[in-house]
Formats: sequence, C-alpha cells, structure tokens
Amino acid sequence: MSAILVVTELQNNEFKKSSFETVSQARRLADSLGQTVTALVIGSDVKAKAASLGEYGADQVLTAEDTKLENFNPDYYKTIVIEAVKKVSPEIVLFIATLQGRDLAPRVAAALETGLASDCTGLEVVDGSLEIEHPLYAGKVFAKLSLESPVKILSLRPGVFEAKMNGKQAVVNSLELPALESRIKIKEINKTGGDKLDVTEADIIVTGGRGVRSAENFKIIEELATVLNAAVGATRAVVDSEWRPHDEQVGQTGKVVSPSLYIMCGASGSIQHWAGMSGSKCIVAVNKDPEAPIIKRADYSIVGDLFEVVPALTQEIKKIKG
Amino acid sequence: MKIIVCLKQVPDTEANIKIDTNGKSISEAGIKFIINPYSEYAIEEAIRLKEAGKAESITAVSWGPERVSEALKTALAMGVDDVLLLKTDSYSVDSFATAGILAAKLKTMEYDLILMGKETIDDGSMQIGPMLSELLNIPCVTVVTKLDVDGEHVTVKREVEGGSEIIETSTPCIITCQKGLNEPRYPSIRGVMMAKKKQVTTEQVSFEGENLSINKLSYPAARSEGKVVGEGADAVAELVRLLREEAKVL
Ligand SMILES: Cc1cc2nc3c(=O)[nH]c(=O)nc-3n(C[C@H](O)[C@H](O)[C@H](O)COP(=O)(O)OP(=O)(O)OC[C@H]3O[C@@H](n4cnc5c(N)ncnc54)[C@H](O)[C@@H]3O)c2cc1C
Repeated sequence: MSAILVVTELQNNEFKKSSFETVSQARRLADSLGQTVTALVIGSDVKAKAASLGEYGADQVLTAEDTKLENFNPDYYKTIVIEAVKKVSPEIVLFIATLQGRDLAPRVAAALETGLASDCTGLEVVDGSLEIEHPLYAGKVFAKLSLESPVKILSLRPGVFEAKMNGKQAVVNSLELPALESRIKIKEINKTGGDKLDVTEADIIVTGGRGVRSAENFKIIEELATVLNAAVGATRAVVDSEWRPHDEQVGQTGKVVSPSLYIMCGASGSIQHWAGMSGSKCIVAVNKDPEAPIIKRADYSIVGDLFEVVPALTQEIKKIKG
Repeated sequence: MKIIVCLKQVPDTEANIKIDTNGKSISEAGIKFIINPYSEYAIEEAIRLKEAGKAESITAVSWGPERVSEALKTALAMGVDDVLLLKTDSYSVDSFATAGILAAKLKTMEYDLILMGKETIDDGSMQIGPMLSELLNIPCVTVVTKLDVDGEHVTVKREVEGGSEIIETSTPCIITCQKGLNEPRYPSIRGVMMAKKKQVTTEQVSFEGENLSINKLSYPAARSEGKVVGEGADAVAELVRLLREEAKVL
C-alpha cells in the first residue's frame, strides 16, 4: 500500500496545531485513496509526544531525534525528510505552509526533482487524483491545480483544514539518522515573542490599524486579545510606524491568516490588508467612519470610537467568560 | 564580489484581477505591472553593498514575456549594472520549472551572492530561492531582515515563527529578502537617463518538465452582506450576542 508522508512541526517542543490539521488531512486523503499515513517528527526530544499523532490519524510515526535537530536547520531537516522519503516511498508528501515548511518543502522538491504545490487551501480527490486549491494574487483569484509528478509534494496553509481526532493508535519507529551536514550555522535564536501566539496559528485575531494612534494605545487591543485568547494583528500602517513588529502584519506583504474570528479596530480595510484576512470565517469591524470600506465588507460592524468600543467589548467578554 | 539579483514583474497590488475567457489565466488588459515588492528589497540591498564598496557588479535577471523589460529598466535606473531577460512565451505556475530555467543560466554566470525576494505577490509560491539552493548546490537563507557581508563571511538575521535567528554562512550563497531589510529607493532622474542608454540582454528560453499546472481559475466565493450592529459602546452587547448565537464563533 502506498503511503502519505506528513512532515510535522513543533513550537517550543509541542506540536503546532497545524501539525494536527495536516495529519488529519492526510488521513482523509489516505482513506479515499486507500493509502497509509506516516507522520515524521523532527526534534531533539520528541519520542514521548509522537504517539499523540495517532489520535489524528497517523498509522505510523517516524521520529528523528538528535540534539542537532532541536532547532530548524534547513540542511539537516532536508536530509532527514529525504531519508524518510526513501524509507516509506510515499506518493504524497505534505508539509505545513509555515515559514519553516515553506523553506523546507522546496528544497526537498528540488532534490527529488518534482513539482511542489505550496500554500494549498483546498484538497480533494477527484477521480483518483488530487485537485489542489491555491490562492493567486493574494486571494483575488483561486486556482485549481493538478500535480503530475510521481511524488507529489504539497504544503497546506495553517488554520484552513480541520484537525480531527479519530482515536487511532500509531506505531512509533525511529528513523535511522543519516550523516548531518550543513553549510549554515545558527548563532543565536531570539524568541522576541516569547510564547506569543502567531497570527497564522490563532483561532481569533484582534487587529489594530492606524486608528489606534500609538504603540502605547495598543494596550487596549492586547487586553481584548487576552480575554479572547487571541493573537494581536496589525496593518502595515501600524508596522511602518513601528508600533508593532512586522511578524504581526497581516496582508499581501504580511501574513495570510484564516481564523474563525477576525476583529479589526481602526483599520480601513485596504485591498492589501483584505488580501491577508479575507479567508477569516467571521469579520468584525470597529471604525468611527461609517464610509470606511471595511464597514461594508465586515460581517458585523460597530460605527464608533474604538477607544470606547474596544474596552467595552473586553468587559462584555469578561462577563460571559466569568 | 559579484551579485546577481533575481527579480520578478507582477501585477500591482491594487490591480483588479480578471480571469481570461480561457478560464486558466488572467487577462493582462489594463493591468499595471510593477517590480515584486520583495524583489525591490533585493535590488536595494545589492546597490547598498556596491555603494559600500563591497560589491563590484550587480546583474539583475528576470524571466517572463517582453513586458518584463520595463521592470529590468527600472532596476537599471535604481542602480544595477546589467540586466538579463530570460524570455518565455508561456506562463508557468510550476516554480521548479522556473527554478530550472534560472539555474541553467546562473550556472554559466559568475556570482558570489544571489539576492531575491522571499516571495512573489502573484503566485505566492515562495519556492525559487530554496530550490535554486539545491540546483546550484549552495546554501540559502530565507526571509532575511538584515544582511552583513564581510569578505566571504555572511551574517544574516532571519524571521522565524515567534522571533528571529542570527545565521552565519559563506559565499557563494542565496539570500531571500523580507520587508525590514531596507527601504528601497526610487530611481533618480539621472538613473533613468543612464538606464535609457543601456540594453536589456534577452535570451529565449522555455519551461521544461512542468509538473504543476492550472486547471481552472475562479473568483473567491462572495461574502454575504454584512450588517452594522449599531453605534458606539452601546452596540457591544448585541455584537457579542450575534457572535455567539448567529456566527457561533465565541
Ligand atoms: C505594495 C503594497 C503592499 C501593502 N501591503 C500591505 C499589507 O500587507 N498589509 C496592510 O495592512 N497594508 C498593506 N499595504 C498598505 C495599505 O494600502 C494601507 O495603507 C494600510 O492597510 C492602511 O492601514 P490602516 O487601515 O491601519 O490605516 P488607514 O487606511 O489610515 O485606516 C485607519 C482607519 O481607522 C479609522 N479610525 C481612526 N480613528 C479611529 C477611532 N478612534 N476609532 C475607530 N476608528 C478609527 C479610520 O476611520 C480609518 O478607516 C500595502 C500597500 C502597498 C502599496
């Protein structure tokens, strides 16, 4: 039986939510194609948690453990993935379309001389072959793609596919490690965000725009984000003013997100910002200008001063969360 | 040190994208094309290295139809020395095929540093840099926000989820550029005049071994009409009710 290989990712030595999403998706594909699912876990201390991927549908988990693998090094990780490909001879290899996955997948694809469909937002089996959906022009158009190579490599956008428990048991095996060589050296890792939830992983995002007016004023955005267990997002106007770091920028030249709830405070809804968040399930806008473009496009909007509305919203949510 | 900048020409971010009657490509009528914003960081960084006396020459390479000459002319006006267009008669979404075209040419050229954008804003594939790294067998560091070159030593800061990393490597290598690296300049009038005197060298190429192709393009599903819940803080309770009971997202 042919296999689907999933290259999972960890953050602070825990699986990213998108790892579960991608394994679940592999399970769904494997069931309709009559294949098996092998999940690959790369890190320095991963054995203990590896089995949890079974619950999301992995038949087998391969672990690659070494102190060298604690942090992402593209050369080491590529070598490991290629070793896993040799071992399980997959027909499909799924990566996650995170910064890490999008650095790694093209290297593997090029080494295997095959095409790669990156940042997929939809995946169906039609007449036994894959139909892949990928946004073009920052989501102004969607393409249905077909991939013809013998090994098909894809990366799936985080937050788009459902993580589904199906209570399976996985066999955990360790991958015999090949020699690891690299031409790059990681000198320093700065976790500026600490344990900050990345916008691409968050289920709820509270974004502030130019209307927030200063870095200090972002406190009210952070407070709302905290009660909602949400990530803070920013428009480019905010990032360019250096009120927030660039890793929070959502949009065509920032991150593309698809949370279930996206709350925009003091942001106009420019075409470039929309490109990054139009995949959100529910969009809420707080804007003092009833003519702002976002008022028409958001699912729900409140016309008013964000300095009044946002704290009131924080209080209301606190109330219901008790 | 010789620098090669790979750049792409893309539709302007404001462009209204229309699907062509064939259903598989977009209509270029009325579209304004620009240099991919991330490619601009690569061009700017190359020029700064040259201005700092660290690079002797900069060649910009691009691919696509004839109209791409315009983007290369802009690169000349910004300050690159030479430009090369790998002219293709077709469009490909398969980045491996594109990387193949670039690699075949780059193998015949001299370079110490290859700079390019971390991503293009048209197909957003984010694949070319790391693929070229394999095809040319040189290191590649992606999503770079700071670059220091000292002889053959290269130190970069790159963006990663939840923070950043400082990475060391050596030339020859590929660096893909992220916003934050620099502030790209506008071409000066003198630059535009100088660029007019220069040639866009053009070579005809074609995509080979494409595995990825477009079956069909479509527009995103229209979102349903939104509603204004109310004005000011008084509307908050109703908003929360709607989010819980109607949208079911809280
Ligand atoms: C090549 C290119 C790429 C770009 N990429 C991106 C990108 O990735 N992401 C991005 O976001 N932008 C991007 N932009 C910029 C984009 O065009 C807009 O300039 C930007 O999104 C505007 O940010 P904003 O909505 O915060 O500010 P504005 O457009 O200035 O909107 C501020 C809004 O706040 C409202 N407001 C003000 N005060 C209050 C208050 N007290 N209470 C409530 N509401 C208030 C105003 O009514 C207004 O609607 C890009 C632009 C270009 C050219």
